[in-house]
Amino acid sequence: MTPASAPATPSPWPARLRGLFGALLSLALTLLGLLFVTFIISRVVPIDPVLSIMGQRASDAQIEEARIALGLDKPMWQQFLIYVWNVLQGDLGTSIGSGEPVLQAVSRAFPATLELATLATILGVLAGVPAGVLAATRPGSLADQIVRLVGLMGYSMPVFWLGLIGLLLFYGILDWVGGPGRLDAIYDMQFEMEGMSRSGMILLDTALAGNWEMFSNAFSHIILPAALLGYVSMAYISRMTRSFMMNELSQEYITTARVKGMPEWRVIWVHAMRNVLVPLITVIALSYAYLLEGSVLTETIFAWPGLGSYITEALGRNDMPAVLGGTIVVGVAFVTLNLLSDLLYKLVDPRAR
Amino acid sequence: MLIDPTLRRVGAFALSALMLGTAPAALFAETPADTLVIADAIDDIVSLDPHEAYEFSGLDVVNNVYDGLIELDPAQPTGPQPGLAESWAVSEDGMTFTFKMKSGITFSSGNPVTAADAAYSLQRAVKINKSPAFILNQFGWTAENVDQMVTAEGDTVTLKTDKAYAPTFLYNCLTAGVASIVDMKTVMEHDVNGDMGNEWLKTNSAGTGAYILRSYKPNEGYILQAREGHWRGDAPMKSVFMRHVPEAATQRLLLEKGDIDIARELTPVDIEGITGNADLKIQKDVGGQIFYLSFNQKNELYKNQKFLEAMRYAIDYQGLAETVLKGSMVPHQAFLPNGYLGALEDTPFSFDVEKAKAALAESGVSDPKIVMDVRNATDRMEMAQSIQNTFGQVGITVELNIGEGAEQLKRYRARQHDATLQSWGPDYPDPQTNAGSFAWNDNNADDAGTGTLAWRNAYDPGPLNDMTAAAVMERDGDKRAAMYKDLQEQHRTTSPFIVMFQIGYNSAMRSNVNAFYTGGAIDSAAYWLVTK
Repeated sequence: MTPASAPATPSPWPARLRGLFGALLSLALTLLGLLFVTFIISRVVPIDPVLSIMGQRASDAQIEEARIALGLDKPMWQQFLIYVWNVLQGDLGTSIGSGEPVLQAVSRAFPATLELATLATILGVLAGVPAGVLAATRPGSLADQIVRLVGLMGYSMPVFWLGLIGLLLFYGILDWVGGPGRLDAIYDMQFEMEGMSRSGMILLDTALAGNWEMFSNAFSHIILPAALLGYVSMAYISRMTRSFMMNELSQEYITTARVKGMPEWRVIWVHAMRNVLVPLITVIALSYAYLLEGSVLTETIFAWPGLGSYITEALGRNDMPAVLGGTIVVGVAFVTLNLLSDLLYKLVDPRAR
Repeated sequence: MLIDPTLRRVGAFALSALMLGTAPAALFAETPADTLVIADAIDDIVSLDPHEAYEFSGLDVVNNVYDGLIELDPAQPTGPQPGLAESWAVSEDGMTFTFKMKSGITFSSGNPVTAADAAYSLQRAVKINKSPAFILNQFGWTAENVDQMVTAEGDTVTLKTDKAYAPTFLYNCLTAGVASIVDMKTVMEHDVNGDMGNEWLKTNSAGTGAYILRSYKPNEGYILQAREGHWRGDAPMKSVFMRHVPEAATQRLLLEKGDIDIARELTPVDIEGITGNADLKIQKDVGGQIFYLSFNQKNELYKNQKFLEAMRYAIDYQGLAETVLKGSMVPHQAFLPNGYLGALEDTPFSFDVEKAKAALAESGVSDPKIVMDVRNATDRMEMAQSIQNTFGQVGITVELNIGEGAEQLKRYRARQHDATLQSWGPDYPDPQTNAGSFAWNDNNADDAGTGTLAWRNAYDPGPLNDMTAAAVMERDGDKRAAMYKDLQEQHRTTSPFIVMFQIGYNSAMRSNVNAFYTGGAIDSAAYWLVTK
């Protein structure tokens, strides 16, 4: 056999590049679709944004002037193209309500949400996975029933109510945690006046600055809303873990491992868990992404200046540039997390590579 | 064994770390003695440039950071007081006003306040032409002529007006935020592309007020820092920290715990809940907003005076205020809110089914039906339902058309409504602001486009037009007040407007907080007098 006739083994790089390109293309298309849908919704709602800004006093001429200044007199497709072009250049527009560039506002609100969602997800995973495993290894037992009940409560109780009750109990009566807001007033002012904000995530910023007193105050403020959101995501994660784990435990390789005398914790946490992790990653990523959208009600009750409350308040003011900008950030976060979970998936499961 | 022993130890450590982290919270509950911490919903702020700010929360900041030539006394905001001007006078013909500046006052930058700063500020307000500019434009000032109409020489500022308006009209307008004096030198240093420093002033300050704006983040809050050696005397509160807390229940909890000193957005239910708490007190006040019903006179039915009278007696003003509104509004029955020059404080109409039925019978209208536009806000819908009920008792059928605020406003502005439940807030601290809208319509044609409230309801005020025009020119303050009283007496018995309520402010605060003034109907909040 001459070398020339050898079957060509394609270099793995072009394929990977193609994969990357495909991923980026799908990312771009998803975002474009998202932009389109949000834009259309913002334009078809029967609310006149100009009238919302100008209010009672403005004359008809002033209203018309504002309409032209906002570009609302142009055909809708033209408005959309202008908007997409601006977004591509990193300009998300200016908030009608606050007069602040949307990008600036969103980049302030997003870290607050990111911090909260990350801690909540960590708590949700730390509690949800063991609970799910516990329930799966002892199906029908009291432990299983308790996990089921606690999970059901997490699903069904309104977060708004749960948040208020939590605040009343742990902050109002027991004094275990800090109140609404990200810091106590005195620290909040210090944080602001000393320009300590680097990443916008207070836990991270105070830790980097070595200010542990403030860190602990920030922690006392974030722990309750994070635990609350963590509880909701725990409910979901524990149910899913239980079902994945039960499926794995009925497999033959588990029986084999047990017969070989392997300790039970090793069978469950090493052998079975490795396979449970594959679908679980997607579940966790989805739950994380859901929290990154900014959990509106929790942020409102806890006076948490995150993305959820930003978008909601903007909606209340008919401030469409702010709503659109916020939605894009949520969309990017969602798509990025999906991408990451795909990558992790491949890392954990060689068959997916 | 289900869990690896190592994992168990890690878990126990994580749990104790969690508990430790939460423990210190209890140590920091009190607010610092020299800091005032307030919770309010401040997402209405558009700009903190005093010549652009036109919302309640923004004007609160402006009031504490800037001064005008003339000021109102926060404790008793009835008449003009010297601000940065020590005295003023008006010429014989009533068209030239001179203001002598106080000496020795400085801006927060250290620059001395001069008459040139004052003239520049008023010119700037007109030239940048933002929402509140019209308050000054009323005196015939335009971007083109304001440099000639407003001038400075030595320590005197001279203001010329295009007509001989009532001097109180000008003085009252000069107490508005839009007439704030800014530091010309500092502002000009921050001019970008001829914006007269507008972009910079949106989030910075350059005034003579008791406080300096240290930080402002939209939808999060702001921090004000007291100035040393302020001309009014140093403010007892060295810092003011405003937190944006939109949820009333959250505000209440923060207040009860002592994490904030003042909560400004509590609901009537929350106010009821904290009544009796010895650590807290509630300060009742009225704001400038009034709530009214109006009827479109394109429908001939609403020109029938007896029918209008029947409706005035078919509203349970007192019952609504006590049950549904629970102190968030107080009965008020004339277009000038209490606190304004010439306001009528009496409430001649009360819920009287017999009187209303008698008037309805006299009107000759049978089986009247009204379609009432109502905004989809809870308090308004509840108010409307009560009106629907009491009108029903009299024999007037009301159909409620509930919708989004901006859309309702669109119909109202286009004169497409039949009847509507609306609110109106005055624009500046002079009676002309409401008289000019409720009782002024000199062209009732559809395409007149004046947009006054009278026009929107196709209401031709007839002789009230002349009364409104005369009142704004009356040079004697007392006579002027009497003219507005007379105007309102006639308006409330002949016009298609039924003014029902004036908004109430319930500020809840820690019991050690004193001398906090909200500004009532005509001014904004003052922080510089607060002690605790």
